[in-house]
Amino acid sequence: MNPRLLFVLRRLGLTIPVLFVMSVVIFLIIRLVPGDPVRTMLGFRATPQSIAQVRAQLHLDDPLWMQYRDWVAGVLHGDFGQDFVSKAPLSELLAQRIPVTLEITLLSMLLAVAVGVPLGVRAAVGGRWARRLTEGFVVFGISVPDFWLGIMLVLLCAGTMMWLPPSGYVPFLEDPGGNLTYMILPVLTLAVAEAAYIIRTTRGAMLGVIGRPFIVYLRAKGTKERSIVYRHALRNAATPIATVIGIQFGVLLGGAIVVETLFALPGVGRLIVTAINQRNYPVVQAGLLVVATLFILVSLITDLVVGFIDPQVSDRGKS
Amino acid sequence: MLQIDDVRVRIPVTGGRWVEAVGGVTLSVGSGEIVGLVGESGCGKSTLGGAVMGLLPSGSQLSGQVLLDGRDLRGLTAEEYRRVRGNDIALVSQDPSASLDPTFAVGAQVAEAIRNHRDIGRREARERAVELLRAVGIPDPGARYSDPPHRFSGGMKQRVVIAAALANDPSVLIADEPTTALDVTIQAQILHLLRDLTVRTGTGVLLITHDLGVVAQVCDRIAVMYAGQVVEQGTVRDVFADPLHPYTRALLDSQPAAHHQSGDLPVILGQVPDLTDPPAGCRFAARCARVHDRCTAAPPVVETRGGGRVACWLHDALPPVAQEAS
Repeated sequence: MNPRLLFVLRRLGLTIPVLFVMSVVIFLIIRLVPGDPVRTMLGFRATPQSIAQVRAQLHLDDPLWMQYRDWVAGVLHGDFGQDFVSKAPLSELLAQRIPVTLEITLLSMLLAVAVGVPLGVRAAVGGRWARRLTEGFVVFGISVPDFWLGIMLVLLCAGTMMWLPPSGYVPFLEDPGGNLTYMILPVLTLAVAEAAYIIRTTRGAMLGVIGRPFIVYLRAKGTKERSIVYRHALRNAATPIATVIGIQFGVLLGGAIVVETLFALPGVGRLIVTAINQRNYPVVQAGLLVVATLFILVSLITDLVVGFIDPQVSDRGKS
Repeated sequence: MLQIDDVRVRIPVTGGRWVEAVGGVTLSVGSGEIVGLVGESGCGKSTLGGAVMGLLPSGSQLSGQVLLDGRDLRGLTAEEYRRVRGNDIALVSQDPSASLDPTFAVGAQVAEAIRNHRDIGRREARERAVELLRAVGIPDPGARYSDPPHRFSGGMKQRVVIAAALANDPSVLIADEPTTALDVTIQAQILHLLRDLTVRTGTGVLLITHDLGVVAQVCDRIAVMYAGQVVEQGTVRDVFADPLHPYTRALLDSQPAAHHQSGDLPVILGQVPDLTDPPAGCRFAARCARVHDRCTAAPPVVETRGGGRVACWLHDALPPVAQEAS
């Protein structure tokens, strides 16, 4: 069989057990948190009878494996359950929240890659100034926490200068321009650290490749320096760069929780934070499931991309 | 044709010091000729190859002349030199596994060598590359064009490297230990392939090696290098039959083939001199069996019977050919 097709199938097969284990962990972890959802819902004055009644309604007295089975069966049919508090079906709620989180994280990643990869390449092959400037940016980006950077950006761009709205959100389909205006500050906040990691990884990977003998051989063939750097060296450095981008996507999803809270964006991150405080099991489960699945999907795409860039990866383990 | 005239290369090392890796080498490679450049590891033979290719480590100092078809390569700008590399002079280096880009199809790497110097389309370059792969003996080149290097054996990879090197019919090919990383059985095949292809196109080859057996098999002339200098050169037949320089003689005597009856193999005692501070006189003097008083001064370069050259005080009665290396 075509080795690339085989590679894709094998990698897809690996995703299934990961999804399973992840769902078990998500299901158990919220139940390990001290505090009872029904007591939180009904308040201090609830009678033991009413508590028992609600517990039975929500199937919280069923054995854990049965609760897990019912939950997974629902999810596989597109039913994420009901919000304990508002009784609203979660599928609709998630359909509103997921695009917001996806938009912030994907835009941040895009910006970080568009800025980080070329700067990382310049830092590796450019002159002393290119190296110093990018090193400075990397130290800044990695050291500065996202909540601080977000607040500073709000103070500067929205407060002092009044260029941008400090917080808020409109859906893209209602008002694309307005939507993007609201996105600028959150995306910048997340992209700075992301870009710093990408620059650092790109620089390191490029330096490793530039020293290899095949680069000398490319020069001996009369290959243009531009082509050596951007076609050959960058492609060889792509594996660590793509891997870091994939892992950093997980960090972005975590950062989205902070940024959504800071800029009052109605995303999955803020949903989870609120739900955890209420011990709202179905919402926490559904929110975490969405975020973790996104991360697994991005890892899958990363691995497939690496396999297509570097034929050695897709050939590995063939024989 | 390639003419190297009194080339010296100094490479910076830590502590502000310099290594004189090549100390005044004069050498030529004619059209269709294969010249073997032999010497121990670290004697500067690969650095000489780098000097010709214009690919010395950054900060290196080069003096002397490198003439390719009468044109001095030393005055070229970076872009002019790029146009020469892979077009007029090509390189085949030691380890084919390390020479090829692991992420690109082998055929594309041959096509790239063509397109670096010829303004032709992708399709045409691909067709030419397939022909070149066929010429170097890759079976089913049309299908294997798209395979990445790691699906080829070492010998096959070296064939691909040779195909890319000869893609533009260069005047001179620098082959830097082209068979060292290969199995012994494959070595002979690659050497004969190199010889057949270059003789046909009139490409001159500077074959850098430490293996005198390789020189005996395919070379027309030999140059023996010691500590950055060529101590003796001449036709393979003359030098092998009657080596004039004590180092050449010692090198030949230490070949296993010449001594298959006796037990112990003669060795050259001592060590190569420190090239951060090369000795003033003959650089081989400290290890030479026939050393005498005059060896503290640089030896004269004299002409031998068959048009060769030797740099040794033992032969100062012969006619001088060049200013002594100073």
